[in-house]
Amino acid sequence: MKQVCIAITAGFLATLLLVGVWAPAAAAGEEPPPPEGLGSAEPDLPVGLAAEPQMPEGLSGEEPGTRQTSAETSVQAMTLTGFWEARGGLRLRDDRYEKEDSVGETRLQLETEKVIDQLTFKLTSDFLYDWTLDRSNIDLETGHGWIDLREASVAFTPFDFMDIKVGRQILTWGTGDLLFLNDLFPKDWQAFFIGRDVEYLKAPSDAIKTSLYFEPADVDIVYVPKFDSDRFIRGERLSYYNGMAGSLAGRNAIVSTDRPNDVFKDDEWALRVSKNVNGRELALYGYSGFWKSPAGMDPASGRATFPRLRAYGASGRTHVGHGIGNLEIAYYDSLDDRSGTNPFVDNSQLRFLAGYEQDLKSIARDLTVGAQWYLEWMQDYDDYRNVLPAGAKPSDEYRQVCTVRVTKLLANQNLNLSFFAFYSPDDQDAYLRPNVSYKFNDHWTGEVGGNIFIASDNRTFFGQFAHDTNVYVGLRCGF
Amino acid sequence: MKNLIAGVLAGILVACISAAPASAQQATGKARKAAPKAAAKDAASPSSDLGVEEIVDRTNYAAYYQGADGRAKVHMTITDSQGRKREREFTILRWDAPDPNSTIPKKDQYYTGEQKFYVYFQRPADVNKMVFTVWKYLDRDDDRWLYLPGLDLVKRIAASDKRTSFVGSHFYYEDVSGRHITEDTHELIKTTDQYYVLKNTPKNPDAVEFAYFEMWIYKKNFVVVKTDYYDKQGRKYRTYQAQKVEMIDGYPTVTKSTMTDDKMGGKTEMSYASVKYNMGLPEDVFTERYLRRPPFKYLR
Repeated sequence: MKQVCIAITAGFLATLLLVGVWAPAAAAGEEPPPPEGLGSAEPDLPVGLAAEPQMPEGLSGEEPGTRQTSAETSVQAMTLTGFWEARGGLRLRDDRYEKEDSVGETRLQLETEKVIDQLTFKLTSDFLYDWTLDRSNIDLETGHGWIDLREASVAFTPFDFMDIKVGRQILTWGTGDLLFLNDLFPKDWQAFFIGRDVEYLKAPSDAIKTSLYFEPADVDIVYVPKFDSDRFIRGERLSYYNGMAGSLAGRNAIVSTDRPNDVFKDDEWALRVSKNVNGRELALYGYSGFWKSPAGMDPASGRATFPRLRAYGASGRTHVGHGIGNLEIAYYDSLDDRSGTNPFVDNSQLRFLAGYEQDLKSIARDLTVGAQWYLEWMQDYDDYRNVLPAGAKPSDEYRQVCTVRVTKLLANQNLNLSFFAFYSPDDQDAYLRPNVSYKFNDHWTGEVGGNIFIASDNRTFFGQFAHDTNVYVGLRCGF
Repeated sequence: MKNLIAGVLAGILVACISAAPASAQQATGKARKAAPKAAAKDAASPSSDLGVEEIVDRTNYAAYYQGADGRAKVHMTITDSQGRKREREFTILRWDAPDPNSTIPKKDQYYTGEQKFYVYFQRPADVNKMVFTVWKYLDRDDDRWLYLPGLDLVKRIAASDKRTSFVGSHFYYEDVSGRHITEDTHELIKTTDQYYVLKNTPKNPDAVEFAYFEMWIYKKNFVVVKTDYYDKQGRKYRTYQAQKVEMIDGYPTVTKSTMTDDKMGGKTEMSYASVKYNMGLPEDVFTERYLRRPPFKYLR
C-alpha cells in the first residue's frame, strides 16, 4: 500500500513538473514582443458600451437614447435666412461712355419659407442700394430699383406623381457650364459681366412649372404667361457694339426695344422630358416663344426686337472614365426668318456642346478641371450673306467657343481659387473670369475677381466688351 | 513492479486531471497573443468561430449598413489647428439596395453594398438648402449631384477622389459613405477581452495617403471604437474615436465621435441626433425630383 501511494505521488509530481517546464518554454517560443506602435493603450470604452447592451423584446414606448436632444421646431414655423453684402468694382480701361465704377452696391437678401397645410410658400427678395446708377425707380421685370424680387412662389403636390410651382422662380436645366443651349430661361448678362455673384446670372421667371413623374420618364412643363427676356446689355453699365451706329456705344445709346408685352398672347412654353438610366441622364427639350436677347430690329423705328423662336433639343450626361461627360444639341428655329432672307431678324441656328469635367486627384487634392467645346452654326448662311447691308461685317457661319474651368480648394476648403475662360478661335476673342474667395468664418466670406475681355475686333460677341474689363471686390455676411 | 507502474500511471492521471484547467488557461492565454486566429475559436465570446473576414463583414455592417434605411441629423464642430471653430449642420438619409436573392426580411438582411445617400444642408448660411445626393456603387466611381437652390442648378460632381474633406471637416467622403472592404487586406493582429484589433493594408498603396490603419472593434457588437491611421513613415497621423454609443431602434449607433488630425492639429467632433432606422424610405427620394423638393417628411 505504501509503495502504491509513493508511486502515485511520484507520478503526480512528475507530471506537474513536466507541465510546468513545458508551458513556459512553449510561451517563450510563440509570443513575439509587441511591435513598435502597437503599444498604444487600449481605448477607453465609450459611454454606453460599458454594460451589456439591452435588447428589449416587443419594443413599446420610447427607447432610451432616442430622446431628441435638440429642440425640434415645428414644421409650420417660418424660416428666415439671407445675407448682406457689399460689392465694388472698377473698370481697368477707360471707357468714355461709361462710369468708372463697374459695380457699386450694397445688398440685403432675405429669404423666407413657410409651409401651410400642403402648400410651401417661398419669398426671396433683394434690397439694394446701388450708388452707380442715376435712377432708382423700381422695375420688378428688369430688376431695376431698390427691390429685386428673386422668388415669390407657392409649391404643392396635388398628386403623388405631380409637383406644381407657381409664381416668380429661378428655373434652370441643360448640361452646359455657363453655356446655354436648351436653357431658354432668362439670364442677366449685365450682372454676369460686371462681377455680381454668379447666382445673379439667372434672372427670375414668372411662370407655372408643372412636373410629372412617370415610370418611363419625367416631364417638366413651364408656362410663362408674359415673355421674360434676358436682362441683356443695353449700354447703361457696359458698352457694346451698336450695329446701327457702326461703333461701340454705351450710355449715349441705350438700347431701346420693342418687347412682346401682351399677357397670354406673348407667352412662352418650355418642355423637358428626362430620364435617369443608371446614372445616365438623358433629356429632350422643346421651347416656343421668342429670342431671349434682342435678335432683330425694326427698321422703321430703329428699335431692337425679340423675334419669335421655337427650339428643339436633346442632352445626355454621364460618368465617362473618371469624370463626367456631357453632350447637348439644340436647333433654334427663327420663325420670323425661316428662309434667312430677312436681314433684320437673326437666322436659325444649330447649337452643339461637348463637355468633360474631372477631379485630378493624381495632381492635387480638391482640384477640378473642366473643358467644353461649343459650336453655333448659322443656318441659311448664303441667304444671310446675300441680304447683308453693304459695309456690314459678316458674322461667321461657324462660331466655336472653347471653355476651361479650373477650381482648387485650399485651407480646409475655406479658400476657393477659380478660373473660367471662354475663348473663340473664330471670333479671336476671349473672356476670363478669375476669382478668389475666402470664408473667414461661418458667416463672413470675401472675394476678389475680374472680368477680363480680350478682343481683336470690337464687333464680336466678347470682343465688344473689351472696354468693360473690370475687377471687383465683395464682402458677404450670411445668416 | 506491476504495482509500481500502475501507481505511477494513476498518479500521472490524477495530476493531469487536476492540472489541466490551469495549464490550459495559461497555454490559451499565451497562444492568444501568438496565434490569435487559432485562439479565436477558443475565445470566451459569443462569436467564437470568427475568421478575420467575418469580423470585417460584421464591422462594416455595423458601421454603414444597419437597417434597410436610416436618417440622422448631424452636427459637426470643426476646430482648426489654430483653435478656430466652424459649425456644420445637415441631415443625412441613407438607403441600402436590397439583395433581390435574399430570403431574409428586408430590415434584417445582410447588406449587398450599394447605397444611396441624401444630404440636406442647413448650416452654415452659404450652404443652406443645398442638397447633395450620392449613388454609391461597389464596382465603379459614385454618382454625385449637388443642387444649388439659388441657381436652380443640378450640378453633377466628378467623384473619383473619396479621400477629400467632407464639407471642410476632418472626415473624408469615404468615412461618411464607407470604404469598400475589398480595397484592403485585413489582419486580426490582436484580441483582448473586449476588442478585436484589425490591421488593414491597402491593396493599392499609391491610391491613398496612409500605409495602413488599425481598428479597435468592440467584440459584442462590432462597433468601431477607435481607428488609427499610420503614414508611410509609420507615424500615427489621424485618429477616429467613438465617444458615445446608444441603442436606437435596436441598433448600436455611434452618436458622438471625433476625427483628429494628429499631424497638423485640429479635429472635428460629430454628433448625431434624431437617428431613425427602417423608415420605409422610398428609393425615389434620391432622384432629381427631391433635390428640388426636399422630403421634409423624412428629414424632420
